[in-house]
Amino acid sequence: MITVRHLSKYFDGRPAVKDISVEYMPGQCSLVIGASGSGKTVLLKSIVGLLEPEEGEVLFDTTVFNRLPAAEKKKIHCRMGMLFQGSALFDFATARENVRFPLDFFSQMSREEKADRVEFCLRRVGLENIGDKYPSELSGGMQKRVGIARAIALNPQYLFCDEPNSGLDPQTSVMIDRLIQEITAEYNITTVINTHDMNSVMEIGDKVVFIYKGEKCWEGSRDNILTSDNRNLEEFIFASRMARELKLRYGNGSPSQD
Amino acid sequence: MIKNFLYETGRYLLFLRRVFSRPEKWRLSVRQFFVETEKLVINSIPLIALISVFIGAVLVIQTSNNMTSPFLPKMYIGYMTRESLILEFCSTMVCLILAGKIGSNISSELGTMRITEQIDAMEMMGINSANFLVLPKILATTILNPLLTLMSFIVGLLGGYLIIVLTGMIKVSDYLTGIQFAFNGYYITYSLIKTAVFSFIISSISAFYGYCATGGSLGVGRSATKAIVVASALILTFNLILTRIML
Repeated sequence: MITVRHLSKYFDGRPAVKDISVEYMPGQCSLVIGASGSGKTVLLKSIVGLLEPEEGEVLFDTTVFNRLPAAEKKKIHCRMGMLFQGSALFDFATARENVRFPLDFFSQMSREEKADRVEFCLRRVGLENIGDKYPSELSGGMQKRVGIARAIALNPQYLFCDEPNSGLDPQTSVMIDRLIQEITAEYNITTVINTHDMNSVMEIGDKVVFIYKGEKCWEGSRDNILTSDNRNLEEFIFASRMARELKLRYGNGSPSQD
Repeated sequence: MIKNFLYETGRYLLFLRRVFSRPEKWRLSVRQFFVETEKLVINSIPLIALISVFIGAVLVIQTSNNMTSPFLPKMYIGYMTRESLILEFCSTMVCLILAGKIGSNISSELGTMRITEQIDAMEMMGINSANFLVLPKILATTILNPLLTLMSFIVGLLGGYLIIVLTGMIKVSDYLTGIQFAFNGYYITYSLIKTAVFSFIISSISAFYGYCATGGSLGVGRSATKAIVVASALILTFNLILTRIML
């Protein structure tokens, strides 16, 4: 479980995120939604330790992560996996080497065990035949899947995804969403996903947190997001013409899944 | 301006502290050292050889044109070419050229890794990215670039020899006598030490600006330019300091 308490992060004296408190549970996909520039990525980077929050604390289970010394932080980092917005695959390495990278550093596996683990992870994301290709030779969707394979290589307890669907077509987006959801359930991972894709929210949003201008504005689940009376959230959800037309057709309830 | 200078210097020193920490896995760092050696040192050989052969030839022509007095023995052309090459060209000039070549390579590579979040991805895994990415570059250039200086010296002398053979401006025997005349081995040591210091400056400064790049592709370009300018200025400054101390 991850607990965020009263977290604030400032840039040049201006708050990027302000007084955010939230809990993320294991086995659930928790989605953080909000417009571009609302502070989602700053919140995520503050949670994982890539940014130092000025106020508040981040607890991984019972450990206050953001006040740990670097050596202790490293132990928790080894239990995290992260999928970055642009995949962040290492250009100098093939897909297989990218997945093996964390294993080379932090596992005690033999060479054969590592090779097996890499093949397993690539197979798990449906990319068993592209191990020798470099990131530049892969499509955006493939890069994201290799990113997921690398993120799960060390069997993480916590998975963080920053805009996993950005730049992808709707079908590939759904495939990535389902893959993350399956992996989360399969390994009981605490998964936190930043997105502004409402389709992801309706597909996998066990818990949804809406950030507006750096502050937590709403928290709930995909089941009650469409019926929320929060004005900022409503404006965000129904910003597109398609969403407005669906709302007119189905009212405030979500369309049937049948 | 002074505040900014102190701030940048402080950041650079903190960066170096992260670079010179204990590697997570020695085996991987050693492998990376050989990768960087090929990329930064071995791949520079053709450029340095090409420049050195031409500079050696030009030095012979210029020295010859300025030594028209019949009272000056022609062998001094070889002697002065050797001294110019070893004292200044093979260390300072070669390193200024390398500041452009490997400095831009290092800063743009690390800058691109920074803005595409590859460095963040390493940090997320708990890896000291500064140590893993930068230390092998600094060690490869600082330890092995002095060999490029030696190579440049030999190739430069060869360039002088070739121009004499091709033009016949002086006797080959005069040139060969000149390049062996009053040889001071300490100058080689002086040149190698200068190259090692300059190589450290090039690799660490370029890595610092690349590693701290911000602002997308324009930021990467800015960091590469800044790295080359600062590294070149520091090379010239330390050239003066080292020359004053060592000679």
